Amino acid sequence: MLDRIVFDLFAGLAILSAILVVTRRNVIHSAIFLITALLATAGIFLQLHAEFLFIVQIILYVGGIMVLFVFVIMLVNLDVALHQMQFRRQWWVGLLLAIALGAETAAAIYIGRLGLPGPETAPPASVLEPNTEMVGHALFSAGGYMLPFEIASVLLLVAMIGAVVMAKRRT
Amino acid sequence: MRPSEYFLAHIWLVPLFPLAASAVMLLFGRKLSNSLVSVFCVGSVALSLVYGFGAIFQLIARPAAERVVEFALFNWIPAGPMHTTSGHLVNFNAQWGFLFDPLTAVMVGIVTGVGFLIHVYSIGYMAHEGGYYRFFGYLNLFMFSMLTLVLANNILLMFVGWEGVGLCSYLLIGFYFLKKSAADAGKKAFIVNRIGDAGFLLGIFLLVGTLGTLNFSELRGAIVAGHFAVGDAALTAIALLLFAGATGKSAQIPLYVWLPDAMEGPTPVSALIHAATMVTAGVYMLVRTNAIFAMAPRALAVVAVVGAVTAIFAATMGVLQNDIKRVLAYSTISQLGYMFLACGVGAFSAGIFHLLTHAFFKGLLFLGAGSVIHAVSGEQDMQKMGALGGKIRTTYLTMLAATLAIAGIPPLAGFFSKDEILARAFRANHALWLVGWLTAGMTAFYMFRLLFLTFHGTSRVPHEVERHIHESPSNMTVPLIILAVLSIVGGWIGIGGRFERFLEPVTQSAPASTAGETPEAALMIASVAIALGGIGLAWFLYIKRTELPDKIAASFGGLYRLVYNKYYVDQIYDAMFVNRTKDLGLTLGAFDRTFIDGLGVDGTGWLTRATSVISIFWDKWIIDGIVNLVANVVRVLSIPVRWLQTGRVSSYAGFIVLGVLVLLGFYLHAAGYTLANLRP
Amino acid sequence: MIGTGHYLFLSLALFLIGVVGVVTRRNVIIILMSIELILNAVNINLVAFSRLVGSVEGQVFAIFIITDAAAEAAVGLGIIIAFFRNRETVLADEMDLLKW
Repeated sequence: MLDRIVFDLFAGLAILSAILVVTRRNVIHSAIFLITALLATAGIFLQLHAEFLFIVQIILYVGGIMVLFVFVIMLVNLDVALHQMQFRRQWWVGLLLAIALGAETAAAIYIGRLGLPGPETAPPASVLEPNTEMVGHALFSAGGYMLPFEIASVLLLVAMIGAVVMAKRRT
Repeated sequence: MRPSEYFLAHIWLVPLFPLAASAVMLLFGRKLSNSLVSVFCVGSVALSLVYGFGAIFQLIARPAAERVVEFALFNWIPAGPMHTTSGHLVNFNAQWGFLFDPLTAVMVGIVTGVGFLIHVYSIGYMAHEGGYYRFFGYLNLFMFSMLTLVLANNILLMFVGWEGVGLCSYLLIGFYFLKKSAADAGKKAFIVNRIGDAGFLLGIFLLVGTLGTLNFSELRGAIVAGHFAVGDAALTAIALLLFAGATGKSAQIPLYVWLPDAMEGPTPVSALIHAATMVTAGVYMLVRTNAIFAMAPRALAVVAVVGAVTAIFAATMGVLQNDIKRVLAYSTISQLGYMFLACGVGAFSAGIFHLLTHAFFKGLLFLGAGSVIHAVSGEQDMQKMGALGGKIRTTYLTMLAATLAIAGIPPLAGFFSKDEILARAFRANHALWLVGWLTAGMTAFYMFRLLFLTFHGTSRVPHEVERHIHESPSNMTVPLIILAVLSIVGGWIGIGGRFERFLEPVTQSAPASTAGETPEAALMIASVAIALGGIGLAWFLYIKRTELPDKIAASFGGLYRLVYNKYYVDQIYDAMFVNRTKDLGLTLGAFDRTFIDGLGVDGTGWLTRATSVISIFWDKWIIDGIVNLVANVVRVLSIPVRWLQTGRVSSYAGFIVLGVLVLLGFYLHAAGYTLANLRP
Repeated sequence: MIGTGHYLFLSLALFLIGVVGVVTRRNVIIILMSIELILNAVNINLVAFSRLVGSVEGQVFAIFIITDAAAEAAVGLGIIIAFFRNRETVLADEMDLLKW
């Protein structure tokens, strides 16, 4: 019961925030609402007993990426953009596409609902306890995802260099 | 032929001498001096004269039955079989052949003899004229044509000569071509002649079809072989058509109108061509084909009537003319009428006899007139002459002889020939004789009128001219004298029917005139009487009471004007034929302009332009259209492709989503997640 | 109980909203934010199945995705700044140099 309320709360917040992100005229407002959406997502993670991911989401996503977003928003001159047309002329095309995609996916889910793993067949949450250690195990063990982890680090390095080069003033 | 008959064997040279001289003249004549031209041309005629008379004497030397020489120079139209209209199969051919018999002898004698005298005369007459070489060149060409005409052994070759003399007549009448009246006269002569020649040609064609031969010596045989009856329609038609040709060449009604105008030419031309030789070609042709005419009495009747009517008609016109040469021209027409009258009543030899004497005195009259004109510095109007007799005695005396001859005063030449004709006419038809008799009177009248006006009476010569009156040089007077002698004695050749007997092989008519000598005496007296009457009247009007002619003219005003204007025949012909032909020409010209030029040429141009309009349309709209269409198709096909290349990221994102949609649908379908499974 | 469908439909909804944002908005920064939304939707999906299946691999995958999102956001924002310096605009419609 409590589960249900918590879920509905966070889910509703996430969707609402997401809609607001996409429709706000002021970019800063959109950024703030994205933050709330991300926080709501973090709450969903927590409800799903993924504590490590919950913390990572908040620290990394909100504390890192969104801060970056806000910096860039402030670097870019937004006063002009404030008075311009926000949506494309054919916004209804995008909406239509999204609805179509949604309908198609919903139909697929509905058709295959019997094959999906349900909460009844789920093992108890204690399988994933202690969460952080288990994630750490999976990430760093040789039989786990050690290689992808290292590659991800290289990716971050590349991204960092790239960002610096891109934003550098040419003298 | 015997070896002594050199001239007879070489008779073909006679036409060639003048032809050669004419060729030299017309090719090089410009560069030659007058004296050299004279030597060439008169010399060539002299040679023809020698050969011609040589041949005549050698022919006479033969016995009467053998007096015919015929040979061909070359085969002109080769022999070919043909069917005549009566179904006979004959071998037709036409040669360039010569026939020399008594009739030819007479004609050759006249042509070469009188021709030679006139050539000599021309040396003096044309001495101061421009185009001396041209004159003699044409004159020699005429001699060639005329000699070919008389020497021909078939009608076709005769026609060649016939046309040749017509051409030379045109050239010589229009000798002073810068003068419009002379050029017009030449054209008139040629065209009127041509009308007659059309009839002549039709006659020749019909002759070939009917008898199958054109050779004179074969005519009688062909008629016999064809079993033709007298008065046969085909033969009558041939005779009439041939006579039509004769009316053109010999200036009979209705084709005489060219002869008065032909006086525009130099006087020697008038003498030779329009008095002595060319105009007599019609008579000669008739006599040559007398075999056909003998079988067509109705045609002969037509000939006689036309001849008689022409004689008196021309005489009436000659009475009132004031130009000395015009009087002589009408006189010639009248005398030719006499010759045809003779042929018409069957007296062919009488016609030839008159032709012979006429050549003498008419030639002399023309040459004399030329001498008179030469004396009065070119004046031709008799009203401006007078009292010249004392000043140009030789001319006067010779012309007196000629005038007496033409009036028919014995014992001069004209009396014998004219009397012969009148006698035969009387025997055939009294009306014909009456016409001829009256004409004789009128002839005497107007000829003596001419003589009196010119040589007698008071001088009406302008003062300026009077000072220059002089006799002609000897090269002009000697021919006059020779011709005067011939005019006097020339008729004696016919006494006793000798002339007729001479021509008997040709005419096939024995001198039956020897039978009726006695009635002839009465006729002779009658003709002499009327001739003297005419002379007397002329003397009365033009010597004694010179004021009378004008008074008579005034009182008979209308009639006088009618005759003086030659019965307006020229004007009638103009209105009826000449202007109608011109109208036809104008109509055809207008037709040409409208249809041929308009529709044809301009129409073709319009059609081309119209076609080009279509072509332009095709090119602009269809060809270019296809090109543009290709371009437009590409453009239209590229429109959807353009949508993909907006350059906007959002569009690309949209397409990605679309792609995901499609791919997802594809895979779901493949995995079995179809819409059919949507039921709960 | 919260069934699988709930999590799936939540994830789907967020995903679709993100898609609409990417295709519809002109401001390129908001487009990037919409992309983050999409990535988050995917994360929710992964973590939900990780719980329901009982395996920790889903969460590991989600960590990788977050890493990737960070890198991509950094580079993307760097590009935006570089472009803004040249063209003075952040509207995707005006970034059409690739258009002929």
